[in-house]
Amino acid sequence: MTSIILFAPLVGAIICGFGWKIIGEKAAMWVATGFLFLAAFLSWVVFLSFDGHMEQIQILRWIESGTLSTDWSIRLDRMTAIMLIVVTTVSSLVHLYSFGYMDHDPQWGEGETYKPRFFAYLSFFTFAMLMLVTSDNLVQMFFGWEGVGVASYLLIGFYWKKPSAGAAAMKAFIVNRVGDFGFALGIFALYFLVDSVAFDDVFAAAPALAEMQLTFLWRDWNAANVIAFLLFVGAMGKSAQLILHTWLPDAMEGPTPVSALIHAATMVTAGVFLVCRMSPLMEYAPETMAFVTFLGATTAFFAATVGLVQNDIKRVIAYSTCSQLGYMFVAAGVGVYSAAMFHLLTHAFFKAMLFLGAGSVIHAMHHEQDMRNYGDLRKKIPYTFWAMMIGTLAITGVGIPLTTIGFAGFLSKDAIIESAYAGTQGGYAFWMLVIAALFTSFYSWRLMFMTFYGKARGDKHTHDHAHESPKVMLIPLGVLAIGAVFSGMVFYGGFFGDHDKVNKFFGIPAHHETADAGHGAETDTHGAVETHAVADDHAVADTHADDAHGDDHATTMADEGHAVVAAAHHGTAPVGAIYMSPDNHVMDDAHHAPKWVKVSPFIAMLIGLATAYLFYIVNPALPKRLAESQRPLYLFLLNKWYFDEVYDFLFVRPAKWLGDFLWRRGDGNIIDGSINGVAMGIIPFFTRLAGRAQSGYLFHYAFAMVIGIAVLVTWMSISGGAE
Amino acid sequence: MISADINVVLPEILLALFAMAALLFGVYTGKDKTAPLLVYLTSFVLVALAIWVGFSGAGTETAFNGAFIDDGFARFAKVVILLSGAAVLLMAQEYMLRQGLLRFEYPVLVSLAIVGMMMMVSAGDLMALYMGLELQSLALYVVASLRRDSAKSTEAGLKYFVLGALSSGMLLYGASLTYGYTGTTLFSGIIGTIGEEGISLGLLFGLVFLITGLAFKVSAVPFHMWTPDVYEGSPTPVTAFFATAPKMAAMGLFARVMFDAFGNATHDWGQVVALLSVLSMFLGAVAAIGQTNIKRLMAYSSIAHMGFALMGLAAGTAGGVQAMLIYMAIYVTMNVGTFAFVLSMEKDGQPVTDIASLNMYSKREPLRALAMLVLLFSLAGVPPMVGFFGKFYVLMAAVDAGYMWLAIAGVIASVIGAFYYLRIVFYMYFGDEQKAGLDGTMNPVLWGFLMASAAVMLVGVINLFGIEGLALSAAETLVN
Repeated sequence: MTSIILFAPLVGAIICGFGWKIIGEKAAMWVATGFLFLAAFLSWVVFLSFDGHMEQIQILRWIESGTLSTDWSIRLDRMTAIMLIVVTTVSSLVHLYSFGYMDHDPQWGEGETYKPRFFAYLSFFTFAMLMLVTSDNLVQMFFGWEGVGVASYLLIGFYWKKPSAGAAAMKAFIVNRVGDFGFALGIFALYFLVDSVAFDDVFAAAPALAEMQLTFLWRDWNAANVIAFLLFVGAMGKSAQLILHTWLPDAMEGPTPVSALIHAATMVTAGVFLVCRMSPLMEYAPETMAFVTFLGATTAFFAATVGLVQNDIKRVIAYSTCSQLGYMFVAAGVGVYSAAMFHLLTHAFFKAMLFLGAGSVIHAMHHEQDMRNYGDLRKKIPYTFWAMMIGTLAITGVGIPLTTIGFAGFLSKDAIIESAYAGTQGGYAFWMLVIAALFTSFYSWRLMFMTFYGKARGDKHTHDHAHESPKVMLIPLGVLAIGAVFSGMVFYGGFFGDHDKVNKFFGIPAHHETADAGHGAETDTHGAVETHAVADDHAVADTHADDAHGDDHATTMADEGHAVVAAAHHGTAPVGAIYMSPDNHVMDDAHHAPKWVKVSPFIAMLIGLATAYLFYIVNPALPKRLAESQRPLYLFLLNKWYFDEVYDFLFVRPAKWLGDFLWRRGDGNIIDGSINGVAMGIIPFFTRLAGRAQSGYLFHYAFAMVIGIAVLVTWMSISGGAE
Repeated sequence: MISADINVVLPEILLALFAMAALLFGVYTGKDKTAPLLVYLTSFVLVALAIWVGFSGAGTETAFNGAFIDDGFARFAKVVILLSGAAVLLMAQEYMLRQGLLRFEYPVLVSLAIVGMMMMVSAGDLMALYMGLELQSLALYVVASLRRDSAKSTEAGLKYFVLGALSSGMLLYGASLTYGYTGTTLFSGIIGTIGEEGISLGLLFGLVFLITGLAFKVSAVPFHMWTPDVYEGSPTPVTAFFATAPKMAAMGLFARVMFDAFGNATHDWGQVVALLSVLSMFLGAVAAIGQTNIKRLMAYSSIAHMGFALMGLAAGTAGGVQAMLIYMAIYVTMNVGTFAFVLSMEKDGQPVTDIASLNMYSKREPLRALAMLVLLFSLAGVPPMVGFFGKFYVLMAAVDAGYMWLAIAGVIASVIGAFYYLRIVFYMYFGDEQKAGLDGTMNPVLWGFLMASAAVMLVGVINLFGIEGLALSAAETLVN
């Protein structure tokens, strides 16, 4: 069944991309979409019927070379199952949505066929992404990794008539090369040390790697740390983390469905997926994980600040994506991989919906993307408005504090913030994320207010003719809205419930036989409402949750349990989709975080909402005045902290200069010049000389022979080995 | 005892007897009318001898107290000489008949020259060496001026003779010095003396003079000056002969003297040979660029190729000799094909040698042009033609022997040399149609040799027809 899920999009892409001339444009698009819905349906079947035990499904042998032996095979575990539903669900909905959005695209003239190409690219992307998430080894993963890179390049540059789209596509590709270089080095290093690229072998060797030293860049490093770091560099590129984030906002040049699918819901989360997938290794690389936490928190903060002042509706959401990815990395960095995956899942729903909603607005406004020209669209496009509203409620994290009732983002984001508090002792990452949550709330509501409330500020004609999108675009919004509302509450237990639930969900061998009593008493502030979430045979025990049982107690219990796990898995790959080392209690600690910590994101959200309301509903002149009074800060944010300018100065221009220099001076003058000089000057000179020596006179010839022998005899007498 | 000796030299004796019998037959019967018959007969005898020599027993035999050596190396060289001699004779037949050149002396002289060549590669004594060399040379001087009514042809013969006499003088001077300092003319004796006493200055002088005489025969720079004039002046079939069998014989003799008589002084002669090699490669490549006559061009081409073959020799190892033998075998095969083409170049019944006449040849004769293209690419050493592998082997031998600079120089020279081969290809495929100048058909023998040679250049890539192994075992009998 997983094979069908994996290859259905590829078949769809091939039929749609190459066969549309035979079967017709419409039919081709329906074929691609149909295959995707099939894959999505089967993915849900797999996800819901999955029992937590990892399966490996071999498809074919791929590379056999020396000790390198690589299969094409599917590693079906909880991680894969989650990614399968995320990828295929969003992808199939985006396919459907594209029927409406891509119809009559103003970029293309009469008679130009572009839709089958678009659908084929989308399906191809989906295949590559599935390849990435189902891979059983790093080489296969790298194939998928590069495959989604290619698809992303093709789709960002889909409007190839626009020079800016081409430039954005190239930027995405080149910036990703930097990350991929790190990823590739990480794979090489793993192969070098472990002699295998299969996950099982790598995971089994992780404890040994932690003890090893690896010489890299003229220095000795801890092997596990340096490998984890190199892999994370790859993740940084794909997931647009700080330093390598510059391509993501520019990638908005692509059609909006692409932004929703690739640059919000799926591809950009590949980095998070990689870190979580490699959790058995990451757990042994504490320094790198600290760096991941730091960088994720910084990115979350940075992107949120930039998002505050952007005017392009898609760019606001793009920076929001960047920021939310930072959240996920913080969760992974502090060791709560399940929370990272949780946010990945919920984020996929509400962010895809926000993007598709934005697309619907853009569609309604005749491809106007500047929010300053929107306003008062609430009545014009009511369905879109409600969808966007749900998305905003989800992303800002609206819910009932101290319970597990709320929109998807409320649960997953709070889980991360609590983890950050527990994992960093209330330090840097926690505060960064709380501030970012405030900003998130502000820019999300700013987007809502500017778009749907106030007065219509743009072109009157456009506003008057704004119309609700067709059904094919609204249905996906509705489906995603369900996810944005409920996915948090439904899956909370599995991702961030107590240890038992998480272990069961991810197929980590249960250790509660030995620590049964402990678990029964394990404290969990969310425990009281756990029964509302996923049906779980341990839920009953959780209802006994009691704050009176101190943190110490639960931790001790967890320790005992983990010790057994560690003993059982010595020397073999840990079982389960994610791995948390015996010393990793962050998730438990997060559950026992002080109340103010748990409430803090909610308060941040309220402040953000209130500020946005004040700025854009009560007194719309205020933002302008503030921007003028704080002009340097405003420009700093508007220009995205000048990252592009600095990169342009530091890398792009020197590289261009070097290329130009090597071309004109190196290639043109030195290589061409010397070859031309030799070929057209020196050799003809000798040719003439030789021709002249060949005079035809016998005595000249004899003279040459005599000279020759004289020279030889002299030379040999002087230098020869004679005694 | 004498019968055992004669048994060893039986092929040479038979060929000599055949040559004399053919001469008597020609003189006392129809004179030049018997020439076609004699050509076929001689070719047949040569091929038969090649088969005999090639399949005769392995092992090393000596005759006349070591003056004559029959070993694997000699047999390899003899087979190449005999087969190429037969091929060139067959190709000459029709051309000479049309030009009124087909005298009955020609096959006889070629036979005698080949007897000399067989002597050369089997020489085990300085006197046997000289006898073989002169027998070969005298016959070649005569055939060079075969066209007695042409000033160019007689000039070529005369130049060749005078310069050949000079080189023979040097060779003899070297031989007498060697004899003077070692007290023997036997190669085995010379090498023994060097092994005991080392190489003295006088002996070194003798060595250099010997090398000079041999370098003249292989037309290595700076003893090459006769080559272009003789190649141009001689009738084309004779040029074809000059470019093939005698080159193999001279290289064989060169290797024979160097390894059998001076095998323990490889360092001393190695550097001289390396110098000759690099000079030949560069002069051959550079000077050929200025040529418009294809025969002169092929003369410089052969100088450059001899430079490469000498590179293998300079290495002074069994691998080097193997490379040299492979190179020579490939070179001879390429040249047979190329001269088959040159012999067919004519306009209005007259032979043409200007390369400009090949303009847009591919349009008129696509298949022949393609075959020629393959041969030229092979001569230039473009992979995957067989010619590349010949160069590859000598370069590898030079590198293995520590002559890195020589190998690099060889690669540069071959790049320069590629120009004039490719220019012919350019004329044939992209030239100016106005200047096209060839007509006439190709006789089936020439066509066959051209196509066979071109096919060998392509098909041989697979395993070089097993020549590597043969060359290696031949080289190992010489170098030990």
